[in-house]
Amino acid sequence: MAKVAMVEAIAMAMAYELEHDPAVVVLGEDVGVNGGVFRATSGLQQRFGKQRVMDTPLAEALIAGMSIGMAAMGMKPVAEIQFSGFIYPAVDQMINHAGRLRTRTRGRLHVPMVLRAPSGGGIHAPEHHSESNEALFAHMPGIRTVMPSSPARAYGLLLAAIRDPDPVVFLEPTRLYRMNKQEVEDNGEALPLDTCFVLREGEDVTLVSWGAMIHETLQAAAKLAEQGVGCEVIDLATVSPIDFETILESVEKTGRLVIIHEAPKNCGVGAEVAATVAEKAIYSLKAPIERVTGYDIPMPLFKLEHDYMPSVERVITGIRKVLEA
Amino acid sequence: MKTVASFEIKYQQYLDPEGNLTQKKLPKFAENHDELLKMYRMMSFVRVFDTKSIALQRTGQLGTYASCLGHEATHVGIGAAMQPEDAFFPMYREYGAQFWRGVKPHEVLLFWGGDERGNNFSGPQHDFAWAVPIATQFHHAAGAAMAFKLRGEKRVAVSVIGDGGTSQGDFYESLNAAGAYQLPAVFVISNNKWAISVPLADQTACETLAQKAIAGGIEGIQVDGNDIIAVRDIMEYALAKARSGKGPTLVEALTYRISDHTTADDATRYRDKDEVEDAKRKEPLIRIRKYLMDIGAWDQKKEDTLLTECAAQMDAEVKLYKDAGKPPIESMFDHLFGNLPESLVAQRDAAVAEAQHHG
Repeated sequence: MAKVAMVEAIAMAMAYELEHDPAVVVLGEDVGVNGGVFRATSGLQQRFGKQRVMDTPLAEALIAGMSIGMAAMGMKPVAEIQFSGFIYPAVDQMINHAGRLRTRTRGRLHVPMVLRAPSGGGIHAPEHHSESNEALFAHMPGIRTVMPSSPARAYGLLLAAIRDPDPVVFLEPTRLYRMNKQEVEDNGEALPLDTCFVLREGEDVTLVSWGAMIHETLQAAAKLAEQGVGCEVIDLATVSPIDFETILESVEKTGRLVIIHEAPKNCGVGAEVAATVAEKAIYSLKAPIERVTGYDIPMPLFKLEHDYMPSVERVITGIRKVLEA
Repeated sequence: MKTVASFEIKYQQYLDPEGNLTQKKLPKFAENHDELLKMYRMMSFVRVFDTKSIALQRTGQLGTYASCLGHEATHVGIGAAMQPEDAFFPMYREYGAQFWRGVKPHEVLLFWGGDERGNNFSGPQHDFAWAVPIATQFHHAAGAAMAFKLRGEKRVAVSVIGDGGTSQGDFYESLNAAGAYQLPAVFVISNNKWAISVPLADQTACETLAQKAIAGGIEGIQVDGNDIIAVRDIMEYALAKARSGKGPTLVEALTYRISDHTTADDATRYRDKDEVEDAKRKEPLIRIRKYLMDIGAWDQKKEDTLLTECAAQMDAEVKLYKDAGKPPIESMFDHLFGNLPESLVAQRDAAVAEAQHHG
């Protein structure tokens, strides 16, 4: 089995669904002959044709809105937004229509669409290309928000997202696109949505993260393991709705919780995790909850981006804080 | 300098405000008196529906309601020209098109009465719900048209927008995409001259709204939106064109919003009384009624009978609306997802328990 990077796993998942489900279409800016600016749709148009893999005019609201119309008429559009900061014109369509259509028609119409977008910083990209905006979508009812953290999870979760009968915002960490290749079997097997993944078991502290920050979180856990600290690492994967059962079970075991995310702290998804743990498991906690996050500032241009994003050292400092409390 | 491109906008009208024919040759459907009467009956019912709905709101029996007074020819004409397999993407006051397609009046009342069940309406099950955010529905129509085109279906997506909506980016984006993809879509502007309190002259410097089609590389036509024959004629033309793979059309229907924007609005704050009185003389029912009487297809006795029938039908619909009661609390949650997440199951159960506890 060949090792693939995340961006290749994403293309593999789309190819699998294009091959097996005639309702699936891929659309977006430059997704056709160019294969997407990150190459996530590389080779798809050549293989499936212009009818199934379509370049769109340069208009993000159109991409989301057309996807809603197509989805409601029985297709399964997988739309790409080119860069993370370009997603905002599509937000109107997602919040006002994609997330609402099923409930406001009492199930008569529904929107089986996926809105894929790159997410996060760390690749020296220009302005507006490095945002982490998952909390925005997590706050929208009727929409699932998913962030993969490895090639295998990207493959399995994207398959699940395409097959899900409702809209899924699928945010792909650009920093992981070509990092850490992994063997991924192209067997069409989806991974479950609404489910956390326990990536490492430990007894002393629970670390909850998602997307690219899983990388730093796992490194921090490995370093602390050398010093005898057992970190349990949970990948949220579906950022909304959150699988709290897995998190609460872990926190009840460890009594300590550190949440790590790249997005700004204020009203980030970490706040929801912290609040729910405080509501449901505060008596299991041996120390205050700690969040290691980006700052409440616009994502800086790339000279300072690594000073913005939580480093392995910042994650370790956060873990030490709860261990020593 | 030389001219590299030039454009023109055509205008269609058959009946002037006095009910006189402005063209000798009528479209085929208009030679059939039964077809004209069917449309006239629907226009009359829509007006009864509108009057009654406003009365319901004024007496606290309906929420904010968007009147369609004066628009009847535009939307009945749209509905009459469409096929059931076509898909309709309304704004929020095209009741005539929806009734023609099988939506029940009490379902419209349910919506304005604050009940999502109104959007689970009768008629073609693929028709979209009302779109209150302005212009977003044009993208949905473009998407549906793309689905029809990709599947090789002879179906057309039809959407309606107001004159204010043509200032939105979504409006231009969808026309542009429909042109680029040659989508089977008909986009209609219901130009009633007012976007709440902003008159058309403050909305745009364009002489016509139909010419906005030119920017998208598609055909734009202006039609007298108070002339039911002209509206249906142009809609039939645009639908046939789309169905045969010849691409999209933008239709600007010139009408006038005789009512307030909604029952929450007071148009006397910003609008000249004389302008409204003039519009009342040009409204769509007067001219088609006059024409039908002139050709001997209608008389006062038939008119009286029709209005009695419409009132009785509306009373029955109002009863259905009132009898619907409040939707079950769990329905707020049950239709949000195909597979309801655990966290929402807990919230649903809590909401139901709360209601049972506090009644």
